[in-house]
Amino acid sequence: MKTEKIISVQNLTKMFGDFTAVKNISFDVYKGEIFGFLGANGAGKTTAMKMLIGISKPTSGSSTVAGLDVATQTEKVKKSIGYMSQRFSLYDDLTIRENINFFGGIYGLSRDQIRQKSARLIESLGLQKESKKLVKSLPLGWKQKLAFSISLLHEPKIVFLDEPTGGVDPITRRQFWELIYAEADKGTTIFVTTHYMDEAEYCDRVSIMAEGEIEALDSPKKLKKQYNTNSMDGVFLKLARNVE
Amino acid sequence: MKRFIGFVRKEFFHIFRDKRSMFILFGMPIVQILLFGFAITNEINNVEIAILDNSKDNETRKIIQKINASPYFNIETEVLSEKHIETVLKKGKVKAILVFESNFAEKLEIKKLANVQIITDATDPNTANTISNYVQSILQNHQQLLNKNARIPYQISVQTQLQYNPELKGVFNFVPGVMTVILMLVSAMMTSISITREKELGTMEILLVSPLKPFQVIIGKVFPYIFLSIINALVILVLGFLVFEMPIEGSYLLLAFETILFIVTALSLGILISTISQTQQTAMMISLMGLMLPVILLSEFIFPISSMPLPLQYISNIIPAKWFIVILKGIMLKGVGLQFLWKETLILLGMTVFFIVLSVKKYKIRLE
Amino acid sequence: MRIISYIVQKEFLQIFRNKAMLPIIFVLPLIQLLILSNAATFDVKNIKFSFIDNDRTSTSRGLISKFEASNYFDVLEHFTSKELADQAMEKGAVDVILDIPRHFERDLVKNKKAELAVYTNAIDGAKAGIENVYINQIIREYNQHLSASLSLTDHQVARPINILAIPAFWYNNTLNYKTFMVPGILVLLVTMITLFLSGMNIVREKEIGTLEQINVTPIRKSQFIIGKLFPFWVLGMVLLTVGLVIAKIVFSVPIVGSIGLIYVFTAVYILLILGLGLFISNFTETQQQAMFIAWFLMVIFILMSGLFTPIESMPPWAQKLTLLNPIRYYVEVIRMVMLKGSGFIDVIYQLSVITVFAFVMNGLAVWSYKKTN
Repeated sequence: MKTEKIISVQNLTKMFGDFTAVKNISFDVYKGEIFGFLGANGAGKTTAMKMLIGISKPTSGSSTVAGLDVATQTEKVKKSIGYMSQRFSLYDDLTIRENINFFGGIYGLSRDQIRQKSARLIESLGLQKESKKLVKSLPLGWKQKLAFSISLLHEPKIVFLDEPTGGVDPITRRQFWELIYAEADKGTTIFVTTHYMDEAEYCDRVSIMAEGEIEALDSPKKLKKQYNTNSMDGVFLKLARNVE
Repeated sequence: MKRFIGFVRKEFFHIFRDKRSMFILFGMPIVQILLFGFAITNEINNVEIAILDNSKDNETRKIIQKINASPYFNIETEVLSEKHIETVLKKGKVKAILVFESNFAEKLEIKKLANVQIITDATDPNTANTISNYVQSILQNHQQLLNKNARIPYQISVQTQLQYNPELKGVFNFVPGVMTVILMLVSAMMTSISITREKELGTMEILLVSPLKPFQVIIGKVFPYIFLSIINALVILVLGFLVFEMPIEGSYLLLAFETILFIVTALSLGILISTISQTQQTAMMISLMGLMLPVILLSEFIFPISSMPLPLQYISNIIPAKWFIVILKGIMLKGVGLQFLWKETLILLGMTVFFIVLSVKKYKIRLE
Repeated sequence: MRIISYIVQKEFLQIFRNKAMLPIIFVLPLIQLLILSNAATFDVKNIKFSFIDNDRTSTSRGLISKFEASNYFDVLEHFTSKELADQAMEKGAVDVILDIPRHFERDLVKNKKAELAVYTNAIDGAKAGIENVYINQIIREYNQHLSASLSLTDHQVARPINILAIPAFWYNNTLNYKTFMVPGILVLLVTMITLFLSGMNIVREKEIGTLEQINVTPIRKSQFIIGKLFPFWVLGMVLLTVGLVIAKIVFSVPIVGSIGLIYVFTAVYILLILGLGLFISNFTETQQQAMFIAWFLMVIFILMSGLFTPIESMPPWAQKLTLLNPIRYYVEVIRMVMLKGSGFIDVIYQLSVITVFAFVMNGLAVWSYKKTN
């Protein structure tokens, strides 16, 4: 059903000195899907993602995002993507509304657009009372939801989430995934890295990385079948054994 | 204890791995000492002055020659008329203009009196005054030559002895100054920043819930800087001795003790700053903006304190650097011992205790 | 343009929200200007003077009273022996010791010649030099005074030739040191604030992680940098304004030349300093590193700027080095314009140098800021 390629990666490699962080990976992501990028810490997930969003230059290989070549049309790519980093990345010393204004502004939204969108965003997150509070004072879970919503302000075709739910409790994580589903239903492609195996179950397709290489790539269902286990945890463990 | 040593070792690695900072940390004293030794003096030489000679006779020519021959002055321009004096001075290159009145030689011959006007650019009063004095003494010299035959009736001659620094080397004043400024700023700034950095990045909480006691954490963080500062002090002293023959007349042991005491004073000030600032930015601005100028200006590093207005002389007493400079000069140049320096030493000790007590208090308030 | 205005707005919000920083940015520099301008003086006054009078005659007392009358010397006490006086000097209680030998008056009357010994604490060479000038001046005057009073009847002396030197101190005839230092210290404070803040700025966002978020937006490098610089540029100009008001009202520093010219020069100068700050910021990973480099540069700039010690006194190689020092030009220009009333034509050289520097520095800053690495 989903056949239009929105991300296409060919032989992407990144080296830091002698160390190869990402080894010659290739894959495609289709429009509208939730694509999971799994792997232990240091497996090369974040590095691979940074190459796709144009803040890290690949040593070799190429990739297109939203039909644009990342290497040559970097700034155009940035208009059609949203990004939420592993480190919480809103301004702590600004209020919720000020953060929305700022990011809306630098994406080039008009004042009217910003006003409408921030009203809708604040309402949908139920933050009306907090909108004039400093972001610093919000609990981590709220900060993450806010950061996610802000990364969608300019209505990107694809949104990249780097370990978006690190450090929060399962309930908040569940709520966060509901936001992700809602966004995916609108047709936005979601590219998400995580090391929580239960989150992998929520994805349409997952790729599992280890030591810079993609070890497996398919839907969670097929992967479980292939590795003859009933959870993604099991898939991961079996893969890890193979690597060793 | 084992844990503590491990922690200190981690801090050491952390600091020494940063090549850029290391380079500056050791480059700084070297560059400063060399600059002060070779480049920065108040002495005047080769100052450009201009001449407006309304007379152009033998006598004025002789005087001009004499002035040009002195190492202090360089005569390059000639001013043509009074009108041009202003334009020449405004350009800024020429610092003084000598104006000889017309018929200079004739007036000297007949009236025994002739005028020279020394117009100086007194935007820098010190230089202007010195230039004026030097020119006057050259003129006086010339006058004495002309008066060779006349006898001067009474003469008190002065024999001056310049104690501790007979050659009037500026470096002797600057080496202790540079050492003080560098130790103060490195110690206070680096500790305050490295502690607030942990606070800002949230790692301080992790350290505080670790089995290390809070004071161990602080000492562990501060310890590498004591070590670095001592090396810095050594570099400065060795450089002063090798390049500028700056002596150390007094006891090495006392010098080492006082230096470490001062480093600890500065570190404890750094700790105090870190307890009152939440971000690295604040800590830095307090230690840089707040300390740099007062330490340079109120410590007798460049400007003599005794010449300052009375209120400032009082204020200078709260600057630890001032006391340390007294101690350094005492030990290095005068070769005096603790019997002369006990007061300054006690003051530094007192300040250290004060800073530490205040930090602990502030710290406790925050925990509650 | 609109995008830049969003960044400017955000920077201002952050500056004004940080309650701990506000006083450091605005109050601390001004207090320093008020207080420290009084400290920076090479006037040597209140010299701690003491004497050993082994002669105890009217002539020796007359000489001492000359020192008492002088504004430069504080006559503290007399010592009965050289040893006691030396001890006092070691303690630092005394700067100058005048040792009047026994038979001073007798020698003077009999031989028309007598000797005095003066001991000066010369650790601060510059200060000692000036003290010596004062001492010699007093003794010379006393000589003349003696000649006048004792030798009225001496007809042998022919009327000497006299070259009368008339010193005129232009632009500052009272030799007021504050007039000289206040503009200089103001320059320092403006430079320090703008350099330190801009040097920390981008590296701070790097450290807390927000820079990465900015880098994935389509914003242009130049937009981002202009937006970042503008608020600090405004801060610098505000600081200059308040500083000028203080200089005028509190220190009565004359502003002879055109204020407009000072502002034009400062506007370009701050751009240069901000470019330098950003350049540092781009090349460092932590605020600590950035500050360290900024501090290092600042100290060298201050020392080589001609602010405290004249550039003409430096050896030629050092004078050439100062040509690379932006503070040097600013100090020169602000003093020229404020105190001498130099006009646009007089400072055109400095202004062009600073403009070139500003272009180069900001070019480097934009170039070295990499959205991708």
